[in-house]
Amino acid sequence: MTITSPQTMYEKLWQTHLVEEAKGETPLLYVDRHLIHEVTSPQAFANLRFHNRPVRHPERTIATMDHNISTRSIKIDAAGEGAANQLRALAINCKDFGIELFDMGHKNQGIAHVIGPELGLTLPGTIIVCGDSHTATHGAFGALAFGIGTSEVEHVFATQTLRQNKAKTMKIEVKGHVGAGISAKDIILAIIGKTGSAGATGYVVEYCGEAIEALSMEERMTVCNMSIEFGAKAGLIAPDQTTFDYVEGKEYAPKGDVFEQAVIDWTNLKSDTDATFDAVLTLEAKDIKAQVTWGTNPGQVISVDGIVPSPEDFSDPVEKESCINALKYMDLTAGTKMTDIQVNKVFIGSCTNSRIEDLRAAAGVVQKYEGQQVVDTIDAIIVPGSYRVKEQAESEGLDKIFTDAGFEWRLPGCSMCLGMNDDVLEEGDRCASTSNRNFEGRQGRGSRTHLVSPEMAAAAAITGHFVDLNA
Amino acid sequence: MEKFNTHTGLVVPLDVANVDTDQIIPKQFLQKTERVGFGVHLFHDSRYLDHDGTQENPDFVINKPEYKGASILLAGENFGCGSSREHAPWALQEYGFKVILASSFADIFYGNCINVGLLPIKLSEAEIEQLFKLSPDAQLTLTVDLPNNTVTCGELSFKFSLNEFQQYSLENGVDSVGWTLDKLDTIKAFEAKMPAWQ
Repeated sequence: MTITSPQTMYEKLWQTHLVEEAKGETPLLYVDRHLIHEVTSPQAFANLRFHNRPVRHPERTIATMDHNISTRSIKIDAAGEGAANQLRALAINCKDFGIELFDMGHKNQGIAHVIGPELGLTLPGTIIVCGDSHTATHGAFGALAFGIGTSEVEHVFATQTLRQNKAKTMKIEVKGHVGAGISAKDIILAIIGKTGSAGATGYVVEYCGEAIEALSMEERMTVCNMSIEFGAKAGLIAPDQTTFDYVEGKEYAPKGDVFEQAVIDWTNLKSDTDATFDAVLTLEAKDIKAQVTWGTNPGQVISVDGIVPSPEDFSDPVEKESCINALKYMDLTAGTKMTDIQVNKVFIGSCTNSRIEDLRAAAGVVQKYEGQQVVDTIDAIIVPGSYRVKEQAESEGLDKIFTDAGFEWRLPGCSMCLGMNDDVLEEGDRCASTSNRNFEGRQGRGSRTHLVSPEMAAAAAITGHFVDLNA
Repeated sequence: MEKFNTHTGLVVPLDVANVDTDQIIPKQFLQKTERVGFGVHLFHDSRYLDHDGTQENPDFVINKPEYKGASILLAGENFGCGSSREHAPWALQEYGFKVILASSFADIFYGNCINVGLLPIKLSEAEIEQLFKLSPDAQLTLTVDLPNNTVTCGELSFKFSLNEFQQYSLENGVDSVGWTLDKLDTIKAFEAKMPAWQ
């Protein structure tokens, strides 16, 4: 009998993907699934062509158009010539290298991190990479998923492997149950508020505890999606029946006996009970309130019933300085009630919060305001994460709820999360956004972003300011 | 990738924490299919007063005459956080930077720098602080010696470390894809043992 020491889920994923650990070399890991898009792939394809190298496993690679595309038209040149060039290049590269592409208007098109799960491309127990830092989203399934740069995209194309240093492990346990009206976005923002925006640099994080187990798959994706926002390499949640039920029957997921065997393997992925982590953080779910960011990184966040902090609240000199800079950029005064902050733009979308449950939650809030309209000085857009989400929402009449209330119902894409298309904020705009980054200039030069849940964004559109929905 | 051995250059101090890759190269400049053309847009929103990038912001440290031609960036903690865009190290490199010094880097950015041959050096907070104190008054010139893992400036000398393979790759300008392709048989043997669902 072999006695093995207790392992974390990360260690198990690492072990089952370790191709080689040669002396003097960084360990080589196998990559099961590679998602690509138009912005971070062209230079990788160019290098393959230069060296006359093929894509080793085109069938393990899936391409979508998401970052650059217009949300008003499916025309490839609708978001400008630069975007069109990249989109055309992706189409040519996919054709030449034999990669399946979900191009403009395809029924499977959407944001990479939305379509991977909904098509069953995302499976527990796999390694998934993409040239996008929000790849950690797929960790919700117990997949080791992380963002990579273009040189690594090329490495995966050519070899189906990547060299990776082993990360440290952090366990984040959310004990008990969240109160009514508290979303997955509030959970992850509260975690980041506690760790700070670089608190998990060098770590792979595993989220656990009753509050995490109680989440749906889509809610778990929202949590894992923002792992990078506190520096984590990846975020993981142990697969369970909720996971298996979600995956079963999806288009690209294994079927029949293969699925049955997979479930047995996936069940064994969870961290052993006596496994040790390099760091542990514990939160009480009942203490988590609705969250709104006030600053220019996702760690600068506070409960909606709170006030804008003062530099004096921070003892660490770097945090104090960051607070001073953030208040200036955000044009906020310390002591202002969060619920007194007025917005003029609302964005509901992004790989963090554009799935069907997010849209249902936002529509639910709109309905609670019984016929009230979006404030007339506010532009509010809803951008579903994929064509499948869009179709589902329309079949439930959610689009009608939104448009009747004065929201714009757009086509799927990354949109205003990063504003690579024409969905850009103007200088001085203040936006309630369900995306993942409130960095300076992220949504447009000189614009101000407050990260919130879909529920909070919908309420801000109708009332003009942030609202404590549980008050 | 070019080989990296030693480098001596002028240091420009950017004493700001959490500089993210959106600040290093904003999204509107990512719409290229080539690896060139990013340097002129480096730090665009801070570096230029206007949208089109025609008016330099004289207050931004990189624009100050005494730092023109700098090739070593002295940065604040958690440098390069956020997006995985390799365009950020491309832009830094094209501007003329060979080395970045900081007390901490974001993981993806750090790996991207190594992969393009831009040397990210982690020093302790105290050492970085010491360099920040020296740099505003004097034109600080440093010598980075990769084979010996030292950063020196007159009497001062700091040690740094890199992962063994990364050090080897930078010193020898290794084609990392070619290196791994030489191990194709090992990869194929691994694939042969994978479960059917994987």
